Amino acid sequence: MTKRTLQLKIYRYDPDKDEKPYMQDISVELEASDKKLLDALVRLKGVDDTLSFRRSCREGVCGSDAMNINGKNGLACLTDLESLPQPVVLRPLPGLPVIRDLIVDMTQFFKQYHSIKPYLINNDPTPERERLQTPEDREELNGLYECILCACCSTSCPSFWWNPDKFVGPAGLLAAYRFLADTRDQATSERLDNLEDPYRLFRCHSIMNCVDVCPKGLNPTRAIGKIKDMMVARAV
Amino acid sequence: MTVAKRTFDAVIVGAGGAGLRAALQLSEAGLKTAVLTKVFPTRSHTVAAQGGVAASLGNSTEDNWHWHMYDTVKGSDWLGDQDAIEFMCRKANEVVVELEHYGMPFDRTDNGKIYQRPFGGHSQNYGQTPVSRSCAAADRTGHAMLHALYQRNVRANTQFFVEWMALDLVRDSEGNVVGVTALEMETGEVTIFHCRATIFATGGAGRIYHSSTNAFINTGDGAGMAARAGIPLEDMEFWQFHPTGVAGAGVLITEGVRGEGGILRNASGERFMERYAPNLKDLASRDVVSRAMTTEINEGRGCGPDKDYVLLDITHLAPETIMKRLPGIREIAIQFAGVDPIKEPIPVVPTCHYQMGGIPTNYKGQVVVPKNGDPNSAVSGFYAAGECACASVHGANRLGTNSLLDLLVFGKSAGETVVEDFNSGALPLRELPADAADYSLSRMSRLESQTNGESVFDVGLEMRRTMQKHAGVFRFDDLLKEGVAKINEVAERAKRTEIKDKSKVWNTARMEALELDNLIEVAKATMVSAEARKESRGAHVRDDAPDTPETPNGRNDKEWLKHTLWYSEGNRLDYKPVNLNPLNADTKPIALAKRTY
Repeated sequence: MTKRTLQLKIYRYDPDKDEKPYMQDISVELEASDKKLLDALVRLKGVDDTLSFRRSCREGVCGSDAMNINGKNGLACLTDLESLPQPVVLRPLPGLPVIRDLIVDMTQFFKQYHSIKPYLINNDPTPERERLQTPEDREELNGLYECILCACCSTSCPSFWWNPDKFVGPAGLLAAYRFLADTRDQATSERLDNLEDPYRLFRCHSIMNCVDVCPKGLNPTRAIGKIKDMMVARAV
Repeated sequence: MTVAKRTFDAVIVGAGGAGLRAALQLSEAGLKTAVLTKVFPTRSHTVAAQGGVAASLGNSTEDNWHWHMYDTVKGSDWLGDQDAIEFMCRKANEVVVELEHYGMPFDRTDNGKIYQRPFGGHSQNYGQTPVSRSCAAADRTGHAMLHALYQRNVRANTQFFVEWMALDLVRDSEGNVVGVTALEMETGEVTIFHCRATIFATGGAGRIYHSSTNAFINTGDGAGMAARAGIPLEDMEFWQFHPTGVAGAGVLITEGVRGEGGILRNASGERFMERYAPNLKDLASRDVVSRAMTTEINEGRGCGPDKDYVLLDITHLAPETIMKRLPGIREIAIQFAGVDPIKEPIPVVPTCHYQMGGIPTNYKGQVVVPKNGDPNSAVSGFYAAGECACASVHGANRLGTNSLLDLLVFGKSAGETVVEDFNSGALPLRELPADAADYSLSRMSRLESQTNGESVFDVGLEMRRTMQKHAGVFRFDDLLKEGVAKINEVAERAKRTEIKDKSKVWNTARMEALELDNLIEVAKATMVSAEARKESRGAHVRDDAPDTPETPNGRNDKEWLKHTLWYSEGNRLDYKPVNLNPLNADTKPIALAKRTY
């Protein structure tokens, strides 16, 4: 079998030795079994062990290997090598501080996720068996609970770039709506109060980059719209 | 090098299902707890579980824990300890209902209860007919569970140390466990975590094999740390090969596909499982199905140009059922097999999936080792739960959905035991040895200064290939013997690994070298234990163990109804009895019998 070569241009920065970041031109010989971008990165790391990136499940459920691929955020493990024009340009997720190479500091992202109280609130006495929920009510959670917290969406959102400390961002707001939409949750008004300010929810201008990049095919913009509807409904 | 020290009541290593479930117990009881995890908690491999968690809720079909216990003991090929199995099956409803209360988005039945589907090896009335026992959230049960557990821990204010890799267990001169050393990825600094109780919940080590459903992070860190610290590893010859990994990619396709009606077919389109398991067919136990598939392939009835896989067919299911119950599987098939399962069957092969053995524990989550004639003497201050532990509930073969149940039940149980021991004063903060960090630091500095050494990538590849070739679905005496020699050679090479990356900051090369040390312990344990066990039982099947009336399916209860214990020091083996007695006197033991499905 003929060897395939992949040309890459990778953002490199090791604060221990580099004064500033630089783009590295590099190529890697692929094996026939290398199908996804992550396969190529792992192959490359076998040659140059200094290349740093996060990865784990390699099947799109853990959310570790989000990066900016040819200008668009995505998961390396779900990106077909065949689909990529070369050289493949890889940068860390935009808008978050870079720790090293393709590894970003996600503190701000998780802080916003935590700020929406991402857990079920129900103060009734705990029943002995499961709480009942109709299949229709359960279906309301589809398209919401599947989020893998990869941050592709929030780091593609201009509103999040400008105000990462004040705007919750698409991932956090998707999670907020996941609990608002859950018939078992009792904290609707508390949750809406928590988002009622000029920035936290309302900085979303429906640019829809989040929808465009979500590797799980989720739609944070729609969830945000529904929260806005709930805000309006309770105001009248 | 200066080493910082931090003190806690308890340290949990790992934030997958077992670690998070244990953490809830400790946080809610007010213990000062640190959870160390090398990845953000929701990136732990529990996230990849698909088909469901077992509990005899009986929401769709009649069920009870006695039947579940029977299925689990039979599934284990009688190697599982019946006290731990009874404990797990009786606790199942409680821990699953708790998850629902935490907010887990289970699918629902028409009357609003948790949706349950059939799964391999689970039956009604002691092996009679399939039962719907697997509680599911579509085919993303692990993801839904892990996120719900993490969310509940956010509510409980659990303190996480995210992207910290534990390096070594710290024991005092009497063998008590007094903490762990850990490396902070972002700074490269080593810290000693000094504590009263250490709980390992580090997951499995499926990455010892070349073809594996496991995540890159599944490197047996807990097993490796325990083994280096003199704790034996139990039953490591028993590895589950999941019947349906995507051919080539290794990515998991849940058994829930067959639970929803999927059928395995060979090159002529035959539903071959009817020949191997006339009763449960495609829903027989995983070891049985994996062997049947391998036999079909070995005898020339595989599919594709190289006849090296079989097909998993769901084209006869309604597209709506696939979209509703198996949406993630459809995505995976399209992404990794290039087929839409609504229209075309999925190419699959048996793929390494789960470690049945591990750090020996009892049903309370205490780590137990032979001492002064007692085969199960608790190591003070040390607990383990989930895939890294061996309670032992899975014995020689785990049933699907019992892994998520294991991590819930024993994560909770380990947490409860620590809280009880803490409250009763049985957990003093023992003095830290003066050289507590020396061993870890010497490993780090060896790696730092190594020249003309071995590449981590190459040694890892050699280990994975050796395991795949010498300790696979079917095992052969000559291959195992060669395998022991080879893996010992690989282990020698691993002592001389060299990394080019010398940065302090997020040094993944260093991390992978340290992970390889852990994998190597597990690989040696597996090969040495497998070579020694001269019978077929569950997932360990040798060609030289004949099926006779005295040795049904090659299982030799007279000589081999015992747990293996492997010690890293001297690469030596010991054995201990299987507990055939249930926990409660009024529960009837499940008597030994030939395993058929």
